Amino acid sequence: MSDLNKLGLAEARDALRKGETTSVALTEACLSEIDGAGALNAFVHNTPDLALEQAKAADARMSADAPSLNGLPLGIKDLFCTKGVASQAASRILEGFKPQYESTVTQNLFDAGAVMLGKLNMDEFAMGSSNETSVYGDAVNPWKIDDRKLTPGGSSGGSAAAVAADLCLAATGTDTGGSIRQPAALTGITGIKPTYGRCSRWGIIAFASSLDQAGPMTKSVRDAAIMLEAMCGHDPKDSTSVDLAVPDFEAALTGDIKGKKIGIPREYRMDGMPQEIEDLWAKGREMMQDAGAELVDISLPHTKYALPTYYVIAPAEASSNLARYDGVRFGHRAKLDQGDGITEMYEKTRAEGFGDEVQRRVMVGTYVLSAGFYDAYYNRARKVRTLIKKDFEDVFAQGIDGILTPATPSAAFGLGEMADADPVQMYLNDVFTVTVNLAGLPGISVPAGLDANGLPLGLQLIGRPWEESDLLNLAYALEDRAGFVAKPSKWW
Amino acid sequence: MSIDTATAAKVAKLARIRVEEDRLPALAEEFNTILGFIEQLGEVDVDNVEPMTSVTPQRLKRREDVVTDGNQQSAVLANAPDAREGFFAVPKVVE
Repeated sequence: MSDLNKLGLAEARDALRKGETTSVALTEACLSEIDGAGALNAFVHNTPDLALEQAKAADARMSADAPSLNGLPLGIKDLFCTKGVASQAASRILEGFKPQYESTVTQNLFDAGAVMLGKLNMDEFAMGSSNETSVYGDAVNPWKIDDRKLTPGGSSGGSAAAVAADLCLAATGTDTGGSIRQPAALTGITGIKPTYGRCSRWGIIAFASSLDQAGPMTKSVRDAAIMLEAMCGHDPKDSTSVDLAVPDFEAALTGDIKGKKIGIPREYRMDGMPQEIEDLWAKGREMMQDAGAELVDISLPHTKYALPTYYVIAPAEASSNLARYDGVRFGHRAKLDQGDGITEMYEKTRAEGFGDEVQRRVMVGTYVLSAGFYDAYYNRARKVRTLIKKDFEDVFAQGIDGILTPATPSAAFGLGEMADADPVQMYLNDVFTVTVNLAGLPGISVPAGLDANGLPLGLQLIGRPWEESDLLNLAYALEDRAGFVAKPSKWW
Repeated sequence: MSIDTATAAKVAKLARIRVEEDRLPALAEEFNTILGFIEQLGEVDVDNVEPMTSVTPQRLKRREDVVTDGNQQSAVLANAPDAREGFFAVPKVVE
């Protein structure tokens, strides 16, 4: 078989089980692509020796009933702690950090037989929507239409770029406000954020703990189902991890969505939304109808308050979570001057170790939690969050099975183009995705078409809590109707 | 509401991030942009609304109150910037 790196998880799994190829061959194909893709800056810590060792072990245990991801080479976002392998959340403050333990999600993947090719670029501490806040430099979108280098989105930008460029079969991402779904949309791949609590957060470097969820970034909906199933599961080490059986997500992919009620939220029709996004959404509605679903106009009245709510809650939680980076137990410590005490050590270490966006968010979070502002900002945001969740509960109570929206307000933009914009302009990238995190719901981005310039655009489906099976099946029907097969042509 | 440089300096201090004097005006301006954006939450009627404490309605699990882990001194110290004699080492804290 040729071009093994271009396979998806399902195809590669089937080929391995039939003995048509080996994990070592798949892994070597990916490693060689990674070597030739430095221009994308997607992989930032390569682990070829570990990968080949895991691949040989997978080949040795290959059989018809081998575990679900046996021998399949993946990329892992740098946010996941991987034992003995650099894990630094794309931050200078974790330079040199090698965890002494394995995150639950990566352990689950390894238990399912997966092979790790290396760690993937991202926005620093997952704070960003363009992969431009990384200490490793920008990750680059494999899609290109002119001289400009385009963003792969963020924060899981390296994961998106690596999957879209076929450097790996699939990758892990994490999503706090859209960090799986937005980059997936901008690179023409599939990405799902499961219900809050499906995946253990243990060993995933924390950004905003009440919003963070891990999920797969893949070449198809079927691959997303296979990989999500392996990632999920109850974990006593994460008290918010839910003790529910993990369904067979792949078995749910029948493509039959007849009679399903798909909500179309009127508040997602934003002022100044590009016509192309509007058109894509209209096409998506036709596709769902064509597949037998019934469209229902719905209202989610608090949608416009989701981003401001997010930009109180996420920085507040981040300021608390990132307090641990103080130069004492791990990571970077600033060089101190004569007479510097512990406070100077903290202040200098954090000033040197955190990039601008992380510093900004930690300080905004500190402010909204400080005495005198806690009620006006933080508590008010938590109340609005209750209302945002209730909006969804109300429409689900009316019998809505899923909600269809655009995934992003635009196609990929040029790296550096937002450099002079104020921070809020960048935050608007997450306008369609962030409500889902605030409400703890599952959401999936499916590539659905190209814009006039030939860049990929995605549609988002939002599901009921814990009903990823149904959501994946809706996405499977959408994927089938969209028939998106375009790939970026190789320039790197 | 508007954040001045003195408030920006205070927030930086609380966050334990050193910000040079000449950076403070720009930082205050960024805060004002973000807080101006957040300000729209004031429009929402939140009377009698409970602040969210958990997005999924679940009771935290309980477990036996017993030691489940430990004796990992070398693993705990393995990533320390400065570890001596089995401890994390820091600059002098008490004068």
